[in-house]
Amino acid sequence: MAQRNKPRANDDERPLIDVRSLNVQFGRNPVLREIQLSVPRGQTLAIIGESGCGKTVLLKSLIGLVRPSGGSVLFDGQDLFKLSEQELSRQRARFGFLFQSAALFDSMSVYQNVAFPLREHTRKKKAEIDEAVCARIKEVGLPLAVLERKPAELSGGMRKRVGLARALIMEPELMLYDEPTTGLDPIMSDVINELILRTRRRHPVTSILVTHDMRTAHKVADRIIMIYPLSRLTADEPQIIFNGPAEAVDRAKDPRVTQFVRGEARERLVEMGALSQSAADD
Amino acid sequence: MASEAPLNDSRGELVAPRPIRPIAEWLADLGGVVIDWVTSLGNVSLFALRTISWLVARMPRRDTLMPAFYQIGVLSLPVVALTGTFIGMVLAVQSYSQFHMLNLETRLGAIINMSLVRELGPVLAATMLAGRVGGAMAAELGTMRVTEQIDALSSMGANPIYYLVVPRFLGCLMLIPALTIMADFMGIVGGWFYCTVILNIDAHHYWEHSRNFVGSFDLFSGVFKSFFFGAAIALISCHRGFNCDPGAEGVGKAATGAFVFSFVAILAIDLALGIMLDSIYYTLWPGAGHLV
Repeated sequence: MAQRNKPRANDDERPLIDVRSLNVQFGRNPVLREIQLSVPRGQTLAIIGESGCGKTVLLKSLIGLVRPSGGSVLFDGQDLFKLSEQELSRQRARFGFLFQSAALFDSMSVYQNVAFPLREHTRKKKAEIDEAVCARIKEVGLPLAVLERKPAELSGGMRKRVGLARALIMEPELMLYDEPTTGLDPIMSDVINELILRTRRRHPVTSILVTHDMRTAHKVADRIIMIYPLSRLTADEPQIIFNGPAEAVDRAKDPRVTQFVRGEARERLVEMGALSQSAADD
Repeated sequence: MASEAPLNDSRGELVAPRPIRPIAEWLADLGGVVIDWVTSLGNVSLFALRTISWLVARMPRRDTLMPAFYQIGVLSLPVVALTGTFIGMVLAVQSYSQFHMLNLETRLGAIINMSLVRELGPVLAATMLAGRVGGAMAAELGTMRVTEQIDALSSMGANPIYYLVVPRFLGCLMLIPALTIMADFMGIVGGWFYCTVILNIDAHHYWEHSRNFVGSFDLFSGVFKSFFFGAAIALISCHRGFNCDPGAEGVGKAATGAFVFSFVAILAIDLALGIMLDSIYYTLWPGAGHLV
């Protein structure tokens, strides 16, 4: 197992993830503004919001894949963006990340994909790696016959589950899920939800998932935050418009939250109508 | 007092006074292009430095190195051999009539083989490989970028440059010179075949003149240049792939850009190294004779 800093007793009180005044912009386009977020150990947080509001950018900032233009991200008390490349690499062994399309390596088999983190961070022998890989594949409900196949030969649901197995193989302290059920049928979506719950039951893991699937958010999350697109906010309004227990999101007073939770188009149709009218006039 | 035209646009940025605005905008566009070029050059240079520092720090793993060597070296062999053969034969075709007029056909070996080993073999082999290998590397890495595989590598604590770029760089650095030698050899064979079998030039004199004029420094200079060609192809192609725009269009642009910029770099490096190697040659051997 990789060398990693085990939390001390009083570290359990410190949030595992602490985001302070995070600002992210791409070129001249601001995406995230003054994000403040704290995630205690053991919590499952769902980040919801419309497409393009910056949910995935926030998730990738938490692991240092997107560099902010301001603010900081503290992981277990350490500012990720002030670490050296080597130290950041070591800290990333404590994360597991399930990408939206699983991001399996095309040139490797399923076995090689799942074994990759172990080969990168540990000196385990082949027999130990074999055992760990088989255990993870079974844990996500896949047959061992899938190990020799390439990602291109798998269905979307199978790829997601292989991605989950790969993300869990190092027994991470923090699991990040980027739209885990997007693109899947309703049954497979619930399979993924159950796997996320099972992962939480079996491993002492803190989870953050980005989703616009309210069913997933309700089923899996302890707490929900909702991010709103900056283009629809004034300069003074905060970008996080809801931050509370999962069960409270349906009763939120903010009409923007209820509009999203209930999936109501409302004035967006009018906006789209205005856009298509102006396109027709042109 | 008459109100003056605003000097800030809707984004609050300064704009030139109205009379000179078209010229100012044209200058700004030109300046923008220059800035983009310089920024790109800087980005490629930083990318190259990071690649070389990883190369020095840690050798790539065998399971990443061998597939890269196979793709770059083994699979390129047939096309490079074919390229070399045709270059040699075309040189013979194009040079014969002029030399025949002066009754100097037997010297064709010297001109064909000298041109091949010094210039045409390295440059045309590198150009072929910029298309085949460079385009493929840029497309593969670009696809990995748009499908988040490079992010996945980073998220698992693995350095993408170490895993993806260093094996390809090492493969190009070591194998493109080897492929250049293959191209030179096949070019020599192609030229010999056309001259002696098709044009019936005396083989003994063909090789005699070739041996007298083509020296080891000529071969060395061609292979020396190919190291730099290989490095340029690898770095430019990998950089284009890593910085690919989203979508299939972005991957296509990365592959095309990899070939175009690699080709321009090959020509520029060829010119610079050609001048440098010539200076070295005439410094070391000041009395060295010329072909004619």
